[in-house]
Amino acid sequence: MARQPLSEPPRARDVGLGHQPSHSPSALDIHDVHVDLKEFHLRGIDLQVAPGEYFVVLGPTGAGKTVLLETIAGLFQPHRGHILLGGRDITNTPPERRGTGFVYQDCALFPHLDVAANIAFGLKLRTDLSSGTVERRVAEMSQLLSIHHLLHRSPGTLSGGERQRVALARALVMEPSILLLDEPLSALDPETREGLQRELARIHGELNTTTLHVTHDFEEAVALADRIGVVHQGRIVQLGTPEEIFRQPASPFVARFVTVRNVFAGRLVQEREAGHTTFATDGLELTVVTDLLGPAHASIRPEDIFVSTEPIRSAPRNSYQGSVLRIADRGTLVYVTVDVPPAFVCGVTRYTLEEMALRPGSKVHIAFKPSSVHVF
Amino acid sequence: MTLLSNRLTALFTILAALLVLFIAWPLVRTVTGSQPAVLWETLLEAEVRNAILLTFYSSALATVIAFFTGVPLAYLLARTDFPGKRWVEGIVDVPIVVPHSAAGIALLLVFGRRAFLGRALSSIGLRFVSAVPGIVVAMLFVSLSFLVDAAREGFEGVDPRLERVARTLGASPWQTFRRVSFPLAWRSILSGMILMWARGLSEFGAVVILAYHPMIAPVLLFERFQSLGLDYATPVAAIIIIICLVTFVALRFVAQERES
Repeated sequence: MARQPLSEPPRARDVGLGHQPSHSPSALDIHDVHVDLKEFHLRGIDLQVAPGEYFVVLGPTGAGKTVLLETIAGLFQPHRGHILLGGRDITNTPPERRGTGFVYQDCALFPHLDVAANIAFGLKLRTDLSSGTVERRVAEMSQLLSIHHLLHRSPGTLSGGERQRVALARALVMEPSILLLDEPLSALDPETREGLQRELARIHGELNTTTLHVTHDFEEAVALADRIGVVHQGRIVQLGTPEEIFRQPASPFVARFVTVRNVFAGRLVQEREAGHTTFATDGLELTVVTDLLGPAHASIRPEDIFVSTEPIRSAPRNSYQGSVLRIADRGTLVYVTVDVPPAFVCGVTRYTLEEMALRPGSKVHIAFKPSSVHVF
Repeated sequence: MTLLSNRLTALFTILAALLVLFIAWPLVRTVTGSQPAVLWETLLEAEVRNAILLTFYSSALATVIAFFTGVPLAYLLARTDFPGKRWVEGIVDVPIVVPHSAAGIALLLVFGRRAFLGRALSSIGLRFVSAVPGIVVAMLFVSLSFLVDAAREGFEGVDPRLERVARTLGASPWQTFRRVSFPLAWRSILSGMILMWARGLSEFGAVVILAYHPMIAPVLLFERFQSLGLDYATPVAAIIIIICLVTFVALRFVAQERES
């Protein structure tokens, strides 16, 4: 979408007299932050987010993710540690002078204001902007988020996805130095969710706003994140790219949380003649069912992969040969890792395992239906 | 529905109807007890009109004072925790349980001519005994709980995250209060104000001890009844009841709009 660049330069905010290390390249720099609230604690959080980066904090409900965001926004005071935003120490700066954009899971739209007034809320507080400028920026932002037709509606009449877009517009119109997203997709139905997830990626690509997004959903994290930090009991237990996290979980907790699954990064290509879509990854092509195109991720649950020592007759489209790398007994299922390459983790019953007499090095055939591949 | 619950419903309906009738009958009887012409004549009496206007004015003034002090108190009670908070909550509701004549005596001991504060204030020309300020403080004392409690409920109904979002959008604590918390609690505050005002209008016990004169409507009614008898008191009572009913209907109207 062709869009006028927002004409105001980013605001020079008065953020007090914190020390300003000029060497810090991070947009956000969190040092040893401790927060103690009644229900939630953060313990020694260390985190750096690069300018323009999309960072996802992944963790189960109650891990203190929201508190982390609220602490960065200045809504809670850490009792230890420092927070630097754009190289400036903002640990003791009040929230209204930090320049963070915040989006809550339930949007927290002002119910007494219409959509336009919600988006304009922050701009109208600034004495240096004319009402014409405010109006123009609200119009531009609502164009970007495709909510310009909703400007005169009341928040109570909007759908979940629309509310989330309004909340995003309200935060982004302030040109925040960092966008803080608290489970922005969790309250939405699956379809809306997928659409908005793609929107988040598109908007990030367009505005390149440094973003810190917290979620408990692994696939959401993989789809959006440049890097992921896994949080458990108020601590960051692993930091890395999505691939690093799911290829090498650093602890049993992380492994359990991301669950054993096959996740691949690749590209979707439309095969016009064959009438289906192909997902290409690491020299391997999977047939999938989707309307999406372009860069994407695909995941296949281990129990959806059929394993056989014989070539599979009446094989579905996705049928490959490989050798067993390792076998892991997880109680209800046995996970057999088969290297095609890439490696697929397949779930088989203990009975099947004994029947086929599988051991590392065994040659096997694997197959799965296109509909078993989840593309996101 | 079973037979038993039908019977139970019937029984409850009869009991409830008795209570409603108990309220409505005397009121209707009073209002219809005088000829409209007599009501009109009574309303034209300067003494009656002045008493009614004074009642309205004093109660409104008490409500305004409570608005500027009670709304901040309500916000503090809704949003902060502080040592002794439960005591403050208790103190705010005490006027509801204290007999109002006792409240009048208590106020007299502070605002009276012999009291320190009363003397100090009368030296700057503010007299409470047998004066309008006395009526106002008496009404304020016995009715402020209604406003504080309603405003507090209103503020408690405002999601704190709305205030947090406002702060991240650049609003100072005052701007957040002014543009988010207050407008969202306004309906509750307004209904608390109407309730408080109506309660102030009907006050007799506390006022009569501090200021028998100038006469507010309930005191005038009492005096007519004492000195002239039931026939002369009834039209005044009818007028007061009609005015209170109008207030009450207005209150219900505001409350209904709040729900929708």
